[in-house]
Amino acid sequence: AFGFSALPALADADATQKAIDEFAAGATPAEGRISLTAPEIAENGNTVPISVEVESAMSGDDLCESVMILADGNPNPDVCTFRFSELSGAATATTRMRLAKTQNVIALARMKDGTVYMDRKEVKVTIGGCGG
Amino acid sequence: MASKPRIKLPKKASAGEVITIKTLISHEMESGQRKDKDGNAIPRQIINKFTCAFEGATVFECDLDPAISANPFFEFTAKVNESGTFKFTWVDDDGSVYEAEQAIEVA
Repeated sequence: AFGFSALPALADADATQKAIDEFAAGATPAEGRISLTAPEIAENGNTVPISVEVESAMSGDDLCESVMILADGNPNPDVCTFRFSELSGAATATTRMRLAKTQNVIALARMKDGTVYMDRKEVKVTIGGCGG
Repeated sequence: MASKPRIKLPKKASAGEVITIKTLISHEMESGQRKDKDGNAIPRQIINKFTCAFEGATVFECDLDPAISANPFFEFTAKVNESGTFKFTWVDDDGSVYEAEQAIEVA
């Protein structure tokens, strides 16, 4: 669905960093363990498939509790937060998201021991998808 | 606002197996960013929470923001140890709750 508005205000780097800091709760996001899959080029920003997969035994102390997805060029950087449990069996999830323009999609995983892992992918968007 | 959800999961599994579940629900997911032809903002109305539980125990949850596409789709996994019923719940901004259930037989 497309609207007829002027361009909406876009999320600034500060809002994205603030969301990362809040999720990390004092930990420094490290590389590894989480992999984000997103298309290099999205022709339609209204529906962009994204998947995350976190290396985790999903039992005992080796448990990925949650994964947050952010998009640093949308009007608001928040996309979604997945929460997993031992019954998840694996820390993996797929959904479809909106991207207003070419930007970075960021995925952060928080493990039960408090460590945080991050991955990011740039997605080039041909037609923006935030109704702007 | 939302139509009957669609759920895809196997009818049978073996104990301890990790199965894949796919869900789709029809919903506009009005982002709050759009304006109508007179320039008035169209108020946000989205599904803001999705939950999958098995026999009362939470398996997977998601908090949704307006950046999730219309007709929210999720694919995720569940470890099944015994026969039972999955319950899926979607919560709308207006307070509506949409529910679906599907059983699985575990040998």
